[in-house]
Amino acid sequence: MKSEEITKRIYSLQVDNKPGVLSRIAGLFSGRGFNIESLCVAETTDPLVSRITLVTNGDRNILEQIKKHLNKLVDVIKVTDFNVTPFVQREMALIKIRAKAEYRAEILRMVDIFRSRIVDVGAEYYIIEVTGDEGKIAAFLELLKPMGIKEIARTGAIALAREKK
Amino acid sequence: MIKGVFIIKLKGTKILMKVLKEEGVDTIFGFPGGAVLDIYDELVKTDIKHILVRHEQGAAHAADGYARASGKVGVCLVTSGPGATNTVTGIASAYMDSIPLVVFTGQVPTSLIGNDAFQEVDIVGITRPCTKHNYLVSDIKDLARIIKEAFYLARSGRPGPVLVDLPKDLIQSSAEYKPIKDVQLKSYNPTYEPSAKQLPKVIKLIKKSERPMIFAGGGVILSGASRELKLFANKIQAPVAASLMGLGAFPASDPLWLGMLGMHGTYRANMSSAECDLMIGIGVRFDDRVTGRTDAFASKAKIVHIDIDPTSISKNIRVSTPIVGDCKTTLKRLNKLLGSEDLKGLNKARKPWLDQIIEWRSTKPLAYEQEKAIKPQFVVETLYEVTKGEAIITTEVGQNQMWAAQYYHFDKPNSFLTSGGLGCMGYGLPAAIGAQVACPDRTVVDIAGDGSIQMNIQEMATAVQFNIPVKIAILNNGYLGMVRQWQELFYDKCYACTEMDHAPDFVKLAEAYGAVGLRATKPEEVKPLIKKALAIKKPVIMDFHVEREEGVYPMVPAGAAITDMLLV
Ligand SMILES: Cc1ncc(C[n+]2csc(CCOP(=O)(O)OP(=O)(O)O)c2C)c(N)n1
Ligand SMILES: [Mg+2]
Repeated sequence: MKSEEITKRIYSLQVDNKPGVLSRIAGLFSGRGFNIESLCVAETTDPLVSRITLVTNGDRNILEQIKKHLNKLVDVIKVTDFNVTPFVQREMALIKIRAKAEYRAEILRMVDIFRSRIVDVGAEYYIIEVTGDEGKIAAFLELLKPMGIKEIARTGAIALAREKK
Repeated sequence: MIKGVFIIKLKGTKILMKVLKEEGVDTIFGFPGGAVLDIYDELVKTDIKHILVRHEQGAAHAADGYARASGKVGVCLVTSGPGATNTVTGIASAYMDSIPLVVFTGQVPTSLIGNDAFQEVDIVGITRPCTKHNYLVSDIKDLARIIKEAFYLARSGRPGPVLVDLPKDLIQSSAEYKPIKDVQLKSYNPTYEPSAKQLPKVIKLIKKSERPMIFAGGGVILSGASRELKLFANKIQAPVAASLMGLGAFPASDPLWLGMLGMHGTYRANMSSAECDLMIGIGVRFDDRVTGRTDAFASKAKIVHIDIDPTSISKNIRVSTPIVGDCKTTLKRLNKLLGSEDLKGLNKARKPWLDQIIEWRSTKPLAYEQEKAIKPQFVVETLYEVTKGEAIITTEVGQNQMWAAQYYHFDKPNSFLTSGGLGCMGYGLPAAIGAQVACPDRTVVDIAGDGSIQMNIQEMATAVQFNIPVKIAILNNGYLGMVRQWQELFYDKCYACTEMDHAPDFVKLAEAYGAVGLRATKPEEVKPLIKKALAIKKPVIMDFHVEREEGVYPMVPAGAAITDMLLV
């Protein structure tokens, strides 16, 4: 079928907390040529159930197929599509940045503005911990870039549905 | 007091046998080895029949043939490592065609898993993308439940193969056992009942349509909906085409029959798909071999798509009215709704459309000319005539498969067994064996190619050992004919590596296996030979030396519109 505009989509999956489940999901994406932008797995309060937050992209038709195929997996208990449900989304990044003397004050100011924290300090570097939605982290990285980012580790998005207030 | 429930401890192998009996398993196709010695030791003490194949691929295809012919779940048992990997092609074929199988594989002892132990492979990892679901049993307490789930998953919803990997130590250990009545999976709940909102939309479309057609697939056969389909088609006076997998879902002798749709479909079926204003797809997945170029497919039509698997819907073709549901249940509901409609005007309204189809049929029928050499189509037609259309036909893959589909006309479901989705050479002989085991009183014929038959020829020994009187009709053209045909048409007749110029003498080969071999080289020998073969109560290979460069027509080149047919 004709492809259309590509958009990003977050799915939250409740899955059986069993070996092989992640491999089934990863295999589904690789086998069918779907994209995974990020994927985040952890146990829920029920030790038999894990939650996977999966960020993907595709045109309308592909996103529809992804959702159907996820639902079809026997180990997947529930798929929440954050296109139709209001949600809260967060991601954490650890950023190791060059901390030359002349930049230190500027970095600290930025850390403050973005409500992030310095979690490790060395003679030549800082490690900054920042959480926020995608936009915030992107903006933060953009501002830090000129000062020299050495390394970065990101969790990928996690998300939960909002409930009626 | 415990009410009549005695909880007993049983060895894993005994639990396995108990659950197999509960599931009504009467036959297992398998091949032993170190990891499954304990299971075999127990199996022979039961009344479950074991058919010892000669290659594990044969076991998977035979179980598949058994499942298709009987409508039951086919069961395989093989050892770890190579035994397990040998089943993969058969599993993949069953997966593509949604055939219910449960495949038990032995595994090395739990303590050795991950150690590259002797005959260890991660078969659960290997088969993850080609099974409906699979399990490595890691706790003996789960064994009974997992086997139950495996059978339930295999046959319910959109059926498919399920693999259960059984470590040797696990199956040797014991656990409490009590029969499990109901299987419930919180994450798996196939939708059988169609949405009541959608059905009236279909009725409306039917009433508005001037040129409707039905496109039936394997899903109709899997859900046992042939009777409902016949009723439905006749009520709404819509002609019916089928996919390769759907042959037999609708009687070929019915005046509304269009024939197969697709790359080698009939002229009238392909033309109808282009001209119809309403296409009702039932239990189909609009495979590329059916649609050709998708933007040209059924471009004048509104498409209704009925299927139990939501992922099949709107996958390849944009659908105007999707219906997720079981084919049989949905057709029943539609037939009921139609019962209260006034359809008297329909016959008249459809006449120009049905007349058009008759014209297509008479101007461009399926045709060949029987000249000096035996035409392969003639062999299939004669088989049809002699068996009165009542045989179970399995096929290999290639031209033989397409001629079987075109020239053997199926009136009943579960009679045409072919590797449709995977197109797997070597399917036909083991599948015929499985079908014959399921239906001992029917004639079972594998319509084969000289290339494909060599892929699982070793199963002749199985057929002879177990007195399974399958008949094999080799359309021997000395070529990998279908590939040669593509080379002829699209590669300037450069027949690269498709001449099978070193084949065995199939007659002698049959005799070497203890079967019967017969050969025909002239057209007039064909009918007497078939009659003779069918009267023999043993496996028979019929070696028909046919016109070497005959082609399968009509043919739609890959990626072309379905109406761009090459005709002879
Ligand atoms: C296992 C496998 N390998 C390769 C192919 C590709 N292939 C499709 S048809 C065909 C030719 C089959 O030759 P034969 O069995 O003699 O049948 P014919 O077309 O001549 O009737 C081949 C090689 C296949 N379908 N399956
Ligand atoms: Mg051949």
